[in-house]
Amino acid sequence: MEPTAIIRTVQNLEMVLEFEAHKRKTDTRPVLTVSAGTCGRARGSLQVVEALDAELTKAKLRSQVNIRVTGCHGFCEAEPNVIIQPHDLFYQKVEPKHAEAIVEETIRRNAPVDSLLYRDPATGEASRGENDIPFYKKQQRVVLGDNALLDPTRIQDFLAIGGYRALIKVLTELTPDKTVEEIALAGLRGRGGAGFPTGLKWQLVRNAAGSNGGEKYVVCNADEGDPGAYMDRSLLEGNPHRVLEGMMVGGYAIGAGAGYIYVRNEYPLAVKHVTLAVDELRARGLLGTNILGTGFSFDIFVKRGAGAFVCGEETALLSSIEGRIGEPRPRPPYPAQSGLWGRPTCINNVETWANVASIINRGAKWYSGIGTATSKGTKVFSLVGKIRNTGLVEVPMGMTLKDIIYDVGGGIPGGKAFKAVQTGGPSGGCIPKEKIDLPIHYESLAEAGSMMGSGGMVIMDEDTCMVDVARYFLSFTRDESCGKCTPCREGTQAMLDILTRITEGQGTEDDLVLLESLARSTRDTALCGLGKTAPNPVLSTLRYFRDEYETHIRRKKCPAHVCRQLNLYSIDPRLCLENGRGCDVCRRNCASEAISGGLNQAHAIDPAKCTKCGVCVDVCRFDAVRVE
Amino acid sequence: MDEQVMEILSRYERDPGSVIAILQDVQEQFGYLPPLALRLVSHGLAVPLSRVLSLATFYRAFSLKPRGKHLVTVCLGTACHVRGGQKVLEEFERKLAVKSGETTADNGFTLQTVACLGCCAIGPVVVVDDEYHAQTSTRKVETIIKLSRDR
Repeated sequence: MEPTAIIRTVQNLEMVLEFEAHKRKTDTRPVLTVSAGTCGRARGSLQVVEALDAELTKAKLRSQVNIRVTGCHGFCEAEPNVIIQPHDLFYQKVEPKHAEAIVEETIRRNAPVDSLLYRDPATGEASRGENDIPFYKKQQRVVLGDNALLDPTRIQDFLAIGGYRALIKVLTELTPDKTVEEIALAGLRGRGGAGFPTGLKWQLVRNAAGSNGGEKYVVCNADEGDPGAYMDRSLLEGNPHRVLEGMMVGGYAIGAGAGYIYVRNEYPLAVKHVTLAVDELRARGLLGTNILGTGFSFDIFVKRGAGAFVCGEETALLSSIEGRIGEPRPRPPYPAQSGLWGRPTCINNVETWANVASIINRGAKWYSGIGTATSKGTKVFSLVGKIRNTGLVEVPMGMTLKDIIYDVGGGIPGGKAFKAVQTGGPSGGCIPKEKIDLPIHYESLAEAGSMMGSGGMVIMDEDTCMVDVARYFLSFTRDESCGKCTPCREGTQAMLDILTRITEGQGTEDDLVLLESLARSTRDTALCGLGKTAPNPVLSTLRYFRDEYETHIRRKKCPAHVCRQLNLYSIDPRLCLENGRGCDVCRRNCASEAISGGLNQAHAIDPAKCTKCGVCVDVCRFDAVRVE
Repeated sequence: MDEQVMEILSRYERDPGSVIAILQDVQEQFGYLPPLALRLVSHGLAVPLSRVLSLATFYRAFSLKPRGKHLVTVCLGTACHVRGGQKVLEEFERKLAVKSGETTADNGFTLQTVACLGCCAIGPVVVVDDEYHAQTSTRKVETIIKLSRDR
């Protein structure tokens, strides 16, 4: 069969699916799967691919082995990693120089390369395959799991694992109403933050204004702006067709003729892969008029964002797609009634769309069996910050924080104590260590004063200052506020001013009262989600870490030594001289010439000249700079 | 310049909805949005110049000033922040003698920040042109500058 042939009928697509599946099944050659998302590439995974290719060619084995360049496998800490099948081996932190050993040992002799296996940092025990690694063991990778099975630039790979079967099913077996019902029964809720029931949203758009027969749209919100969250990037980079299939099913269900994907421009690889996937679908006749001869007509367009966080807010996003500045507008009317160009529009986030095909293929009953009573399915979290196993983790809703942080995440590195976890990005809040047994779902996070958000989970240890964290988020929202409504524009600035004062030791007791009242009024009066939720980092840290604020104000001290203006820097003369022999690196790096001394002399800091930039601490290799 | 902008315009439908995409291509081509290009885009799409300028100043991806030969982007996402991204930025500011958003006197470097690149596992991240530098620190800043200057 011609690999680029146009697929005109359902039977035709089914034949192609069988053909690709059969081809994969009967190809018994070993497969080297290299993770090459943005993070993997930043760590040199493409060079690893080149080296493997060269080594195999050198060993005259190239035609007997497949190399598959995929998106991210989620275990960012182990990048670049190589999965070898059928050997069931997972090699971590692979470098080009390891290619020879992989070819000689594993491919030629079927033996593992011990030095590349994942080892438990506590016990030193080696894990062989992916499923033996604790990081993967407790996960349930419904959405992310396929990333390792396909090259995202080849539609054939997606078809080989049964891609577009959900589309066939809805087009041939389910009416649009039945399709909506299935999604509603599954209990899927929006993965972008607010957790609105997806089936209900589809129903609203399906029912909206159908009478005058105008256009409707589906939109994929891929403007993943929350700092610390990158699951949508990983999905679009690693499995774009899965998201597109979800949008096509959605388009059929609500009666839309076109879909738009709004992707952040900061994600060049995601833009590239999703654009390629759309072009491929069009070339195959899977987008356009009369898809598969069923009378369903649908097309998808990719729109790049231009660097405005507020465009993740749905009305601002629509405005941006229309070619205007991304300012939100009041709701109602909701996009379901009046969205893109005034037409009913269904907006869902990338991860939500990516869940759709699994629900259609495996049924609402299967899906609703995962998770809790009100939060169904799995959720992808980006586990980042002060955590051993940084990465994208997909777990059933309801798993406790403790299980995520310790069992999946491997705990806090460097023998430090866990202090808090920040969820939900700038809209979310900090949850303290006392709540470590909290099961994670939409309601529990909201009750704890945070929110699910898009699933960012930033782990903080004893070296993190909670006042600084609040200040960081407020400086973020202040920068990203579009300025349209006063509460957000002025409120975020006023809160930031107070927080900056406190972190610089100028705060007063009254500041806390003012801060709290500003936070509440901004929350209650801002126009859109950005402003309404911007005070959450302040409110949640005030709720759980008030003592840290008070220490900054009363004692003019930062317990975590993060707020540099409150620190006092000095040099331990003994460590400087005995261990470092007065190496002089600090003096040469001090921009304010506050350090005296020379080679073979103990150095000293002049507090009057010191600007407290902290560079001396970073450059000293002998830990001789004391911070108090 | 006329021809280059016209070529970009020809890639899209003459629809005001395409204006952001067109400005992105112009920005990519010239490294910034030259005033003449804004006029050509406005004329080409029949969109008022005031609206083109409002877009050009609203979105962070656009610059009205020419950028240096190399673009240094320091990520200040949450994960980079808790691992010292701010300090890395300050070190770049000292070493390049510019503030974030500015270009060095010799036009060698423009320094900017980004809210998050979504590579949180390998933070603090610095991107110079298209090259990602993982797990940076104040100590690595000088090397990064030197490597980029030589390229």
